[in-house]
Amino acid sequence: MLEIKNIVKQYAKHRALDDVSTRVEKGSIFGLLGPNGAGKTSLIRIINQITAPDSGEVHFDGKLLNPDHIGRIGYLPEERGLYKKMEIGEQMLYLAQLKGLSKKEATDRIKHWFEKMEMQTWWNKKVEDLSKGMQQKVQFVATVVHQPDLIILDEPFSGFDPVNVNIIKEEILALNRNGATIIFSTHRMESVEELCDSIVLINKSKKILDGKVKDIKNTYRSNTYRVEHLPHQEQISAVDGLFTIEDRGDSLENTTLTIRIAEGKTINDVLAYLIPIVQIHELKEIIPSIHDIFVQQVTTQAPETLIETHE
Amino acid sequence: MNKILLIIKREYLSRVKKKSFLLVTFLVPLFLIGIYAAAILLTKKSFENNQATVHVIDQSGLFQGQLANSKNITFVDVSEDIEQEKATILEGKSKTYLLIIPKDVKESTNVELFSSEVAGFGTQGEIKGQLESVLRIRAFEEAGIDRATVENINPKLNIQPKEITVDGEKDSSAGAAMGIAMTLSVLIYICLFIYGAQVMRGIIEEKNNRIVEVIISSVKPFQLMMGKIIGIGLVGLTQFILWIVLSTALMSVASIGFMDGQHIEASANTQLSTPGDQEMAEAANSKSSAFGNFKQALDTVDFRTIFITFILYFLGGYLLYSALFAAVGSAVDSETETQQFMLPITMPLLFTYILSFGVLINDPNGSLAVWLSMIPFTSPIAMLVRIPFGVPGWQLALSLILLVGGFIFTTWVASRIYRVGILMYGKKASYKELLKWFRYRG
Repeated sequence: MLEIKNIVKQYAKHRALDDVSTRVEKGSIFGLLGPNGAGKTSLIRIINQITAPDSGEVHFDGKLLNPDHIGRIGYLPEERGLYKKMEIGEQMLYLAQLKGLSKKEATDRIKHWFEKMEMQTWWNKKVEDLSKGMQQKVQFVATVVHQPDLIILDEPFSGFDPVNVNIIKEEILALNRNGATIIFSTHRMESVEELCDSIVLINKSKKILDGKVKDIKNTYRSNTYRVEHLPHQEQISAVDGLFTIEDRGDSLENTTLTIRIAEGKTINDVLAYLIPIVQIHELKEIIPSIHDIFVQQVTTQAPETLIETHE
Repeated sequence: MNKILLIIKREYLSRVKKKSFLLVTFLVPLFLIGIYAAAILLTKKSFENNQATVHVIDQSGLFQGQLANSKNITFVDVSEDIEQEKATILEGKSKTYLLIIPKDVKESTNVELFSSEVAGFGTQGEIKGQLESVLRIRAFEEAGIDRATVENINPKLNIQPKEITVDGEKDSSAGAAMGIAMTLSVLIYICLFIYGAQVMRGIIEEKNNRIVEVIISSVKPFQLMMGKIIGIGLVGLTQFILWIVLSTALMSVASIGFMDGQHIEASANTQLSTPGDQEMAEAANSKSSAFGNFKQALDTVDFRTIFITFILYFLGGYLLYSALFAAVGSAVDSETETQQFMLPITMPLLFTYILSFGVLINDPNGSLAVWLSMIPFTSPIAMLVRIPFGVPGWQLALSLILLVGGFIFTTWVASRIYRVGILMYGKKASYKELLKWFRYRG
């Protein structure tokens, strides 16, 4: 769907994007992750053709990004905004027509969405008369009303109440099932982790890592498990060549062990050792969250980042 | 191209549909007509209410039967009892005067006019005119010149200003030209500011609403900026056209009342034109001929040319300045921050505006006026001030070409600042910053 190649974006002394490349597969849900100020918005603006990169290219469906693609992209910016004094229906029509829909088509689609989101009575209301949550809904509809192939959502869940977050999430997933490619951009990595097929991590203008979430997690698995067992008078200690103990903990009823399995051994080998000794209550592999991976990546890069002067 | 039309449509309709637009559009002509009508009405009224009665005590006996009643004044000869007359005046109605002409009026040249309230200038002037006229004719007769001769000697002059142009001679009027020049100067100055500020405010609103990012993901910043500028420009044109149509319509209604007023004036004149009131009639004549001159002067003014040049210079000046206003709007987060950028933009306009009431109007073809009417930043005002006095065609053409060049240039500069500025939040822009934005590529 989207092929981003060696993008560099320079603002005077500040380099917002430094040689960033990644791929977004058609029909996938893609996470564009990184802390505030990492360069996410700069990249999104380049994809939206709001700004142009200093060097590098973006290909959309194999073609160099050009104005014809604008109508195929839906963009929900981080900073939401609508004309406060304009009526909702009229405003939607205007935005949809700017995306290239005919007036009739736009009217039909907007009505369809309004019914779906239970917003029918809002048509003649002014934006300033709506609550913030309602405005967000309107803005979301405005983003997807022209049936874009690529939907870019910048911090999509900020400002929504939990009920609306679920509604919007369902709608996004439905759109995805119908073939739309979704890009989530957020600094709250845990909020989209379970939704994303692939991610790219950006920090300080540079790409740290990208790929399928599954693959990334596999790479960062450390063969660590958490074992919960009923209390036992003897403490379990590490066994050379089989496992080491990373952490111990006691809850009211159970004892918890965090163990790392030695190379060449499997969890089954460990269980075979433990079962005769204690009664196992629960077993879970500890898989690092994207956030943990990010922190790990950033801290290993620390010496380099320290040298960089702050703008 | 289709998208820019959508933007123009929205900008235009959202403003034209506003109540304030309708209000201004209808109230301004009503207000102007109202002032006009009020002026006529008051004049009319002053004629009607000025009916004064003058009791005359003529101790000299020179004026017996010589004072003629007019539309405004009725003369009544009364007894010689001054004290009794004074008492009558005191208790009497208003608009009653007591005129005492002493025996030695020829030598002392003083008469006394009593009244319970201060006599109006009009009444005083008319009485004075009649008395002087009677005395003068009497003096002529004493010198052996008979009345008929005096009446025939009545020299009168009007200056008919003519302007020599390549097309031949034509009537011209400096007074009318000055009046129109000043009106145009005020009008364009205000219009450039009002509509330029609307562009700026619109952009600040979009930036504050953050809707700008949604829109420029659909259209180019340049399209959004031009759509806004053109849309608001059309609002301005609509307003002018409505003003002209409405004013013309209302004028024709009001002119019925105006005809009435003229009728009164005319009848007043005929009443004054009795023999022996030469001076009075003359005064009245000169009054009506002053009015005639005014009409004549207005007729010499080529309103069509003025209208067309006004529209052209409004459009040119508006495009030039609104682009700059747009750049300012994009660079700030709120209207209060605009001041530091507004000053250099408004300076040339303000400068020309002030000059237009002095140097430009007194010397409309002087080198300063010519230069200012060439520079695109000042020409919308300077040229409109010169237009009523007549401007050579080549100067007009050159000035317009420069103006077009000027607004293409400012639009280009502004669009480069605008495309960066609208995405910058919370940053206090300085001139250095603007220059940097201007240099950004892509």
